[in-house]
Amino acid sequence: MNVIDLILYAMAFPALAAVTNGIFRNSPNLRDGITLALAVLTFLIVVTIYSITGNETTEPVALLDMLPGVPLAFNVEPLGLLFALVASGLWVVTHLYGIGYMRGHHEGHQARFFACFGIAISSVMGIAFASNMLTLFLFYEVLTLSTYPLVAHHGTPEAIRGARIYLSILIGTSIALQLTAIVWTWVLAGTLDFRLGGILEGHVAGPIVAVLLGLYAFGIGKAALMPFHRWLPAAMVAPTPVSALLHAVAVVKAGVFTMLKVGVYIFGIDFLAQTGASEWLMWLAAFSILAASIVAMTKDNLKARLAYSTVSQLSYITLGMALATSMGVLGGGLHIAMHALGKITLFMCAGAILVGAHKSEISQMTGLGRVMPITFGAFLIGALSIIGLPPLGGSWSKWLLIVGAADAGQQIMIAVLMISSLLNIAYLLPIVGRGFFLSDPANAGPVKEAPFLCWAPPAFTAACCLAVFFYAGDIVDFLSPIAGHGPETVAGVSE
Amino acid sequence: MATESVHDVALTLHDQLPILQLVVPFLAAPLVMVVGAGRGVAWLIAFLASLAAFAISALLLAQVIDGGFLSYQIGGWAPPLGIEYRIDAVNAFLLFLISGVSTLVLPFAYESVKAEIAERNQALFYTCYLLCFAGLLGVTITGDAFNVFVFLEISSLSTYAIIAAGADRDRRALTAAYDYLVMGTIGATFFVIGLGLLYMMTGTLNMGDLADRIAPQTDNRTIQAAFAFIVVGMGLKIAIYPLHLWLPNAYTYAPSAVTAFLAATATKVAVYVLLRFSFSVFSPGFAFENYTYELIILPFAILAMFAASFIAIFQTDLKRMLAYSSIAQIGYMLLGLSLMNASGLAATMVHLFNHGITKAVLFMGVGALTLRAGSSFYASIRGMGRAMPLTAAAMVVGGLSLIGVPGTAGFISKWVLVQAAFEKGWWPVAFLIVLSSLLAVVYVWRFVETLYLHEPARDAAEAPLTMVVPIWITALACVWFGINTDITMTAANTAAETLLSGSTGLAEPSPWTSALPAGEASH
Repeated sequence: MNVIDLILYAMAFPALAAVTNGIFRNSPNLRDGITLALAVLTFLIVVTIYSITGNETTEPVALLDMLPGVPLAFNVEPLGLLFALVASGLWVVTHLYGIGYMRGHHEGHQARFFACFGIAISSVMGIAFASNMLTLFLFYEVLTLSTYPLVAHHGTPEAIRGARIYLSILIGTSIALQLTAIVWTWVLAGTLDFRLGGILEGHVAGPIVAVLLGLYAFGIGKAALMPFHRWLPAAMVAPTPVSALLHAVAVVKAGVFTMLKVGVYIFGIDFLAQTGASEWLMWLAAFSILAASIVAMTKDNLKARLAYSTVSQLSYITLGMALATSMGVLGGGLHIAMHALGKITLFMCAGAILVGAHKSEISQMTGLGRVMPITFGAFLIGALSIIGLPPLGGSWSKWLLIVGAADAGQQIMIAVLMISSLLNIAYLLPIVGRGFFLSDPANAGPVKEAPFLCWAPPAFTAACCLAVFFYAGDIVDFLSPIAGHGPETVAGVSE
Repeated sequence: MATESVHDVALTLHDQLPILQLVVPFLAAPLVMVVGAGRGVAWLIAFLASLAAFAISALLLAQVIDGGFLSYQIGGWAPPLGIEYRIDAVNAFLLFLISGVSTLVLPFAYESVKAEIAERNQALFYTCYLLCFAGLLGVTITGDAFNVFVFLEISSLSTYAIIAAGADRDRRALTAAYDYLVMGTIGATFFVIGLGLLYMMTGTLNMGDLADRIAPQTDNRTIQAAFAFIVVGMGLKIAIYPLHLWLPNAYTYAPSAVTAFLAATATKVAVYVLLRFSFSVFSPGFAFENYTYELIILPFAILAMFAASFIAIFQTDLKRMLAYSSIAQIGYMLLGLSLMNASGLAATMVHLFNHGITKAVLFMGVGALTLRAGSSFYASIRGMGRAMPLTAAAMVVGGLSLIGVPGTAGFISKWVLVQAAFEKGWWPVAFLIVLSSLLAVVYVWRFVETLYLHEPARDAAEAPLTMVVPIWITALACVWFGINTDITMTAANTAAETLLSGSTGLAEPSPWTSALPAGEASH
């Protein structure tokens, strides 16, 4: 089967889920069953694309002209394929979890919820397979708009306020800054295609490169680079499955994915390294990493703490791009997958605690680990992966980023990454420690986990965190084309 | 020079398309009044006339979309003495928009007019509507400067009447129409004074002929004064920012169908006239004109983008909010014009079209909401998203297009406009454009939240199918022209090139219609 057909199917099936949710809105089991089937099918299609293309970059296929000279076009390249695999695979897991959570928590408007979810995943596939910046931008905005109803789901004044912040920052940055950057790129380079090595070299020079990079970096609001990170904590008013899949995986990863795409395929890492245009971005990312970690420590609400942790972790990927070394970019790419697995585990655990024990504040979770051992165990594994300790997946991406920083001769960045790990320990492990080692009569009692569909998915993703530790080399090999060289020169993890 | 091939003098229908474009709605107008009472018949005639006009405009556009023009001589009298209709990509595109919007608005009007206008007035309403429609087509199609004025008055006078028809629902429509009458008449007077000055200096009224005779004397004070009068006169009709005062009330109190039609067409036609005079009558290199645009129109355009958007945010009536948004959007069109380069003009042309269909969706949506909720105040339409899911969803699509979210027609306009500003090297202007569209996010999201995130104020049914279908066709057009720009951008680019190449000169006398490629026709 044609790759382009498969790409279109990968986008059509999640969109179809939106339709079936609308049609069968009154029969929950049928509705959720069909969605699950479509989710599995989507994942299988992406796997099929992988089995056909491997880590080759295919030729773009244009469907129609959005603007003269800029078609709506798709292709497959390693970074996008990895993102699509992660997002579609975790959609299956999250859908199962979502069924458990939404029913266990008696949420309303479930059909609308899962329908918007489908559209969001469909646009994520569009982002992952877009072969030029305008196509990517189109789906980027669809993703923002389709997740807005999810954030506003509860319809309470608080949810409306949160959704308003969410929308105004994401739409505001993308229209005011990113669009300007894209049009400017078009005027300068005469093309918007993603090409390895970039399209801007020779068309622009001097400080303008840094300005243009700045328009992109801040314009990609989904990457939550400070000071445009407020939308992410605001989005936490959404039901937990949204926070889990969209605000730990799909939406935020779409942001940093776009960031990497811009760095690798629009500017080109060599061009960035030559001009030094991304150096300021590196410092800002470093600031974002540390500042968000410190803010995270002050949050007592578990989801808010995780949100700030995400802000910090996303800047790792931005940092990887800004280092403008091949190791940095590979580390960033790998971190998309590793952080996704780790953070989705943490969010699903947070949801399981809310459904099982009705607790959302960390200070109320004392002793809860003994009541919900599997949930807290999964949380521990996810936390360790985020911190970057072996034998968990997160350690490899952090390792590559450190190598990348060393390659770039930025010793201070190595220190930043180290300090960040310590801060991660400081804000994540006390939650687990409090759960297991302290006791509170209010939370005493026999083991009582949340419903099966609430604790099994995080347990599964926690196991994945462990498993990917042993496959990290393969993933890096897979990504190696984006760093501009073959697998044999990727030292350290291939063995 | 005539075309080499022996032109078929036989009066085939095809050759008569330019005049049929106009004659069909013109003849339908009195017919509607004569058949009168049977309301369904009046509507049907109006609709069929509009549909025929749409088909004709599509055929005309197909002939000129790749360049060149058609010249049609009324009664076989050769210009400059006879009146000439001249169709190129610029006005064919506009004809297509006007007749397309009319054809979509009329089915919507069926229920809307029934609800908003007293039965005894309905036949007269359709008569005036058709006259207005025909007048707008006439302004657009003609190649004769005085003819522009005549058709402008036909459309304006009937516009005052159909705005006043809103009085059956809200008496304030009368003062709104009166305001517009006064301002519109001042505008038309200014315009005709400008024409008078031109006639005094050149002794001709054919646009091609005018251009040839103005070119050698652009330093002449009288010519410059004529230009100033024409710009101000049209400025009133366009509702350029400080001359916009008639617009909010006229749009707010007019019947819903009228607002939908006028917002999508009337100001667009006035912008077209300004374009035509600026480029085809006065030459693009005319220094006085360049200063006028750069120093006067450009600042006001930017001011409109911000001030009108800002005012729109604080409105409590959705219809009025959209009226202010129209004033802001006119700013974008004038901004593209002020850039005076090919992509700027293409931006203006494509925005004329894209904003036309966007506003058509939104104002028809408002009409449907008004039908069910009684008024378009935010307080009475809150929560209607649940009661009227189809209408509300289409309005969200229209709203997104107004913001310029990718995948909608509005995005294309904004893209081309920003690109034009960059090409000109005016990057602060480019930044102001995107910045002002953030204000659009605010006012659009205000009604989206009102429709969806509040408890419904009342129980209501979905709008009737005759409303929902045209609304959705237009909404889908907003999406379609946002992802496939084959027709719109080709037409806009051809139009921009046509305009920038200046006048196509006086057409050679030839029987009835002659199709001339652009190159051969220029002297």
